[in-house]
Amino acid sequence: MSLAKLSVSALAIAAVSATGAFAQSRENVQIAGSSTVLPYATIVAEAFGENFDFPTPVVQGGGSGAGRAMMCEGVGENTIDIANSSSRIKQSDLDTCASNGVTEVMEVRFGYDGIVFASDINGPAFAFTPADFYNALGAKVLVDGAIVDNPHSQWSDFNASLPAQDILVLSPGTKHGTREVYDDRVLLAGCEESGAMAAMMAGGMSEDDAEDACMTLRTDGRNVDIDGDYTETLQRLENDRNAIGVFGLSFYTNNTDKLQVATMNGVVPSTESVASGEYPISRPLFFYVKLAHMDVIPGLPEYVEFFVSDDMAGPNGPLAEYGLVSDPALAETQEMVRNRVAMAPLN
Amino acid sequence: MTDATATTSPQNPARPAASLLQQTDRMKRRNAAEARFKAYGVAAICLSLSVLFIMLWTIFSDGLSAFRQATFSFPVTLDAERLDPNGNRQRDEMMRVTTIGYGGLLNDNLIAYLAERGIATDGVTDKEIAAFISRDTPARLRFMVLEDPSLLGQTIRFEGYATGRIDGYLKGRVTREIAELDVNVSVAQLDLADRMVEDGLLSLKFNWGFLTNPDASDQRPEASGLGVAMIGSAYMMLLVALMVLPLGVSASIYLEEFAPKNRWTDLIEVNISNLAAVPSIVYGILGLAIFINFAQFPQSSPLVGALVLTLMTLPTIIIATRAAIRAVPPSIRDAAMGVGASKMQVVFHHVLPLAAPGILTGTILGLASALGETAPLLLIGMVAFVANYPAGPLDGGILDPATALPVQVYSWASRADPAFIERSAGAIIVLLAFLLIMNIVAIVLRRRFERRW
Repeated sequence: MSLAKLSVSALAIAAVSATGAFAQSRENVQIAGSSTVLPYATIVAEAFGENFDFPTPVVQGGGSGAGRAMMCEGVGENTIDIANSSSRIKQSDLDTCASNGVTEVMEVRFGYDGIVFASDINGPAFAFTPADFYNALGAKVLVDGAIVDNPHSQWSDFNASLPAQDILVLSPGTKHGTREVYDDRVLLAGCEESGAMAAMMAGGMSEDDAEDACMTLRTDGRNVDIDGDYTETLQRLENDRNAIGVFGLSFYTNNTDKLQVATMNGVVPSTESVASGEYPISRPLFFYVKLAHMDVIPGLPEYVEFFVSDDMAGPNGPLAEYGLVSDPALAETQEMVRNRVAMAPLN
Repeated sequence: MTDATATTSPQNPARPAASLLQQTDRMKRRNAAEARFKAYGVAAICLSLSVLFIMLWTIFSDGLSAFRQATFSFPVTLDAERLDPNGNRQRDEMMRVTTIGYGGLLNDNLIAYLAERGIATDGVTDKEIAAFISRDTPARLRFMVLEDPSLLGQTIRFEGYATGRIDGYLKGRVTREIAELDVNVSVAQLDLADRMVEDGLLSLKFNWGFLTNPDASDQRPEASGLGVAMIGSAYMMLLVALMVLPLGVSASIYLEEFAPKNRWTDLIEVNISNLAAVPSIVYGILGLAIFINFAQFPQSSPLVGALVLTLMTLPTIIIATRAAIRAVPPSIRDAAMGVGASKMQVVFHHVLPLAAPGILTGTILGLASALGETAPLLLIGMVAFVANYPAGPLDGGILDPATALPVQVYSWASRADPAFIERSAGAIIVLLAFLLIMNIVAIVLRRRFERRW
């Protein structure tokens, strides 16, 4: 019957074309990782594809941790070449890498990203300190010298200079690279600043326990962890106009018509104030290159050099225009990339 | 009979007069229950219809504007000194002039053209005028010149996209109130855009690029398109159809016509039904482990995507095919057997042709569900930024990186620039159009060829 013949020949064609193509090697750079780094990586990849004779690199999102895990799967053309990461790689990742044969990894820090707190454009303005966030969100807070379950329901309950608006914060979910900085620079800093940490330790807690307690958030619905992208946070914020959302600086710059940014310690977040260190909450952005692939995958060394060139990552480049805070030590990074220096083990 | 009429007669004091015209309480309750049930049904249908309507309305009101695009058309003088400083028309030397150089040339030409046409540019800096032109435009001009260096020194009429905010203004998405708050666009720029439209320099055109362009980065939503995603989806659907039909049909024929009925075939049957209910992401994990890590197929390739989707749709198609084969009446088989046909001849000469419309319908519906699938593609690297078209199907294109239509919807929906929301909804419209076409084909096939016994 013709159907049987057709299907047999179709299978044969599929098999032949598949085996024939195995001989050819991969021509494009493969990148995966952080969704915060994703827009920067796509901007560079696109410009790279336009200006060089190499094909445009393929960039996947998926999150910092997933990207690093994919990079550490091994060496070979079916593994990725670069992992984007919005937090520094961990020694456990490097150990996994080493056990899978990925011994040399180059760490490239290409800039900084500010983390901003923003509310609905038509609502009242906010001027925060980290202590305000801790008082609003901590499971246990310091009230009148005693550690109690968080009683606050409005921002003005603990800081008269804040508006009398119901507390609702859309925090980055625990899967996010942003969360680490948020825990460290906002909640922990706020816990210390508000005196809650000292009070907990005075109450007999060890320092580690007190830190854990500081990062434990209230669970009565006033804090909402957002595991999706910033677009999801924005959507939630548009649905509940009382909410305060946590965004990346570049996301905010693209949506200034909907969001109003809060100051932190009196500093307005901007690429300048983040670069100067005045604005306290920022984090470095990295990508990690598998050095074993450098001369195997066409275009990989050129892509890495192009990424950190002044034309791209410099203070006047397209990345800065999109919201990246340029790294003052970019020249050193460029030098390191030229010499292909593998990173040393972390302590 | 007489007994019966006697007991229900009006004279009987135990049972009150029963007339069909006069309802008893019991009757009323039963009728009311029926009326309520009908009302529930109508309400449920109305609810689902209104939800469907709201969904379609939001998608179309957001997405239709993606099919139009603000486009510039102005003369550009390709200054040979700037674009080929060495003057020898060598491709690799001309390549040293990057898109930044071409961008500068375009801006200077636009500013000169505005001056020539007497369009006032009060309150708009040169840098802001430059911000009217999409970053994609210099790249296209550079590509054109590198392909054909004889253009150097000439003045050509060049068409390029306007940036997302200006595009949004022409489509009514960006208003003056928004522009006042938005740091990326100023009201003076919008006024200038108005004057450009009046002059005919700037106009809304049908956006073929949305259907043909590859994806673009976050800085140029106006240049992004569905080209790569459509090719990727087409390759995958083709490969899935090629693989799933022979596998699914032969498995069903064997199970239905040849396999003995025992505990093993029962077990297989139960497992096929269970596999049809397995969440699609599980097939993605399987694909990653088998096709990429073990078989060493390249990441992000339509071939791997197609293999995963084949595994995913296979159980559904086997179930549909078996139902179609079972619907062929046994009398046909008996008649064929009776005139001396072998079992094989019975199946391929009689049963299969009669079951074909049902099989095809099932296959098309299975393909349609595979077309809309994103989750398994996430794990095999197809949810990615891919800016190069895959090669033709016979040049190993099925191994080149590509994305798929639903993937493009997802990745646009998560980008920061609001212009991508429109693109995302536009991509949904395209996807819905494809699904609609596939379903219509399935219905037509069924209507045309289905036989009832």
